[in-house]
Formats: sequence, structure tokens, C-alpha cells
Amino acid sequence: MSNSARAIDVSVGLFILLGLGAVTFLVAQTFGSGGLVSGEFYTVQARFGHVGDLKVRAPVSLAGVTIGRVSEISVDPIDYKAIVELRISSQFDQLPVDTDATIATTGLLGGKYIELGPGGDVEVLKDHDEIQITQSAILLENLIGKYLLTGNAEPKE
Amino acid sequence: MSKVIRDCWIEFGHFAATFGAFQIFSMRLLPYMPGAFLRPRLISEQIYNIGALSLVLIMFGGLFVGMVLALQSYSTLAEFGQADSIGAFAAEALVRELGPVIAALLFAGRAGSAVAAEVGLMRATDQIAAMELMAVDPIRRVVVPRFIAGVISVPLLAAIFSALGVLGACLVGTGLLGVDSGAFWSQIQGRIDLQDVASGLLKSLVFGISASLMGVYEGYFAAPSAAGVSRAATRTVVITSVWILLFDFILTALTLPEV
Repeated sequence: MSNSARAIDVSVGLFILLGLGAVTFLVAQTFGSGGLVSGEFYTVQARFGHVGDLKVRAPVSLAGVTIGRVSEISVDPIDYKAIVELRISSQFDQLPVDTDATIATTGLLGGKYIELGPGGDVEVLKDHDEIQITQSAILLENLIGKYLLTGNAEPKE
Repeated sequence: MSKVIRDCWIEFGHFAATFGAFQIFSMRLLPYMPGAFLRPRLISEQIYNIGALSLVLIMFGGLFVGMVLALQSYSTLAEFGQADSIGAFAAEALVRELGPVIAALLFAGRAGSAVAAEVGLMRATDQIAAMELMAVDPIRRVVVPRFIAGVISVPLLAAIFSALGVLGACLVGTGLLGVDSGAFWSQIQGRIDLQDVASGLLKSLVFGISASLMGVYEGYFAAPSAAGVSRAATRTVVITSVWILLFDFILTALTLPEV
């Protein structure tokens, strides 16, 4: 009796743990959790005037190839800019300090990602450095609005 | 003509009688609920029988439904350059609809029918009458533990179904179709909120109550014969499926977020 009862206890326990684990997994998907860059990485920051609907875990790509992830998006209460934290795989630790970061869109309506354009400086970006040259997300609806109102698209700034 | 009307009336009378008997049976279970947890061994045995043993079927189902969803949505979404969204599409469909509904349907087929057959056979072989003779309350001893085990199991099974479905979609999406895994997960995160998960859980709780109530009711009142037991098992699956689909529509209409 005790042996089979024990087997039942163990299975029931595992079943309930698995179920609660699945619930936790689904709930965890509703919040972001960083750390999807496997292996070694380093973090750099970039400030943008507007991030569009860039989300945590969006890809950071170099020449169209994903080399990292967005790990955090916050806003600076003093200069009102969005601070985006990028986790970049340590394999790519030779990015020049004058690398620029652009928020780009996959396709016309797709999700946002960050495209890095390497500069030409001899110094390289290190952990917790900030990317100085950034270009905000292009808001399609603003562009359309401008076209409609003025007939030609003036640059935003 | 009057014969048709009379037959309809009699049929309606049967329906009303069954429905009423079902309601009274549900009411009879209520007072046993708190006391049932004093004997957790009975419940855990049933969770093993109807929950843990359904796990393989549910996991298999979830994985493959997720994989198919990813493949199927890819062909449409890729046309608009939106292949990244297959994760969000699959996850929302699974968490809100398919997880609770398919898991409950599989549960009704796998476990609801088994409960009905088991209890029905107890009735047919006079085990239930024997318990009553020995002053053992068959509702307390047989019916309530199975009911509670079903109510606990179905939400867990539905959550496992949805989680494995999302993983299956990830497997196909990032492995086979070449969607970026970061884009996959970040789109899911942007699409699913706590309310989606909560409404999925609420649905599966309601489905769990209907599936297990139906199983024990049909078994308990099965005709004491081989045909009666098979009829009870069949009726459990059919009526539970209808209920699940009906309740799903009602609950979806009630919990739909304002867009």
C-alpha cells in the first residue's frame, strides 16, 4: 500500500507543480523579463526622443543580424528622453564609440527593433557606456499627418 | 397533430425532469465541499487518476496545437511582413480560447467519461447500494472527491496546454520559420496581459466544474446495466462538450476587452 500510495503522492505533487509552473510561465509572459541574451554580454545605453512601441526584448541588430536585446526602457525625468538599455553579446565588443543607434521597423507595420550603425572611431564602447548618436522612431502617423496638412514632408527637427 | 404536440410535451417533461434532477444533485454536493478536504487522500487519489494521467494527452495536444497555429498563421502573416507576430497570435489564441476549450474537451473525453463509467459500474454492480447499507455515504466517499479533483485538475491542465502550445509555437516559429526569438517573445509580451491569463483561468475553472459535475451525475444515475454504463459515458462526453462550447461563447462575450 505504502509504495503505490507514495507513487500517487509523487505524481500528484509533480502534476500540481507542473500546472502551477505553467500558470507562472503564462503570467511571466505578461511582464517582461530580460536576460534573453545567452552567454556573456555587456550593456550600453542610448537616449531617444521617442521610442514608438519598442518593447523590452526587441532585437538589437547590426547590419541586419541580431547581436543583442533591449533589456530595459525607462524615461529620464530630467531631460524627458527615453533611456533604452541594450544588452549586446560580448562577441561584438569592438563597436566604435561613435556608433549610432536607430529605432527601425520590420516591414511597414512590424515590430520595432534597434539598428546599430558602426562609426569609425578607434575607441570602442565599453560596459555602461552611452551611445551618443541616436535617431528616434519614425512615427508613421505623424509623417502622414504632415503630408496631408502641408503637402510636403518637412524633417521633424 | 395532437400526438406530435403530446410527444413534444412529454419530451420537454423528460428534459425538465433531468435538468431539475441535475440541479438538485449539484445542490446535494454543496454541503460536502468543506468536509471533503478533511480526507485529502481520497481527493489526491482522484487527482492522480483524472488529472495526472491526462497529462500526456494534454501536453501532446498543446504542443501540436501550438506548432500548427504557428505554421498556419505564418502563411497569412508573412504576406504582410508580420511573421514576427505569429507568437503573439498563437499565444493570445491559446491563452484566451484554445487552451481552456481544447484542454476541457480532451479532459471530458479522457477523464469525464472514465468517471461516468466507473461510478456507473459501481451503481450497476450495487457497490453504491452496499455502501449505503454500511452507512457509508456514497456521495461523500465516491462522488465528491472525483468532483473536486476534476475542478482542481482542469485549470492546471489548461494552463499546461497553453504553456506548451506557446513553446510549440516558439519551436516552429524560431526553429523552422526563422522568426527572431527576441521579436517572438517581445510581441507576446506586448499582446498578452494579465486579464487574458485570468480570463483563460476563469474559463477553465467553469469548464472543469461542468465536466466533472456531468461525469459524476451521469455515472451516479446511470441505468444499472451494461448499456446504461455506456450510455452514461457517451452522454457525459456529448453534454459536456456542448456545455463547454456554450459557456465558452458566453464567457468570451463577457470577458472580451474593449478594443
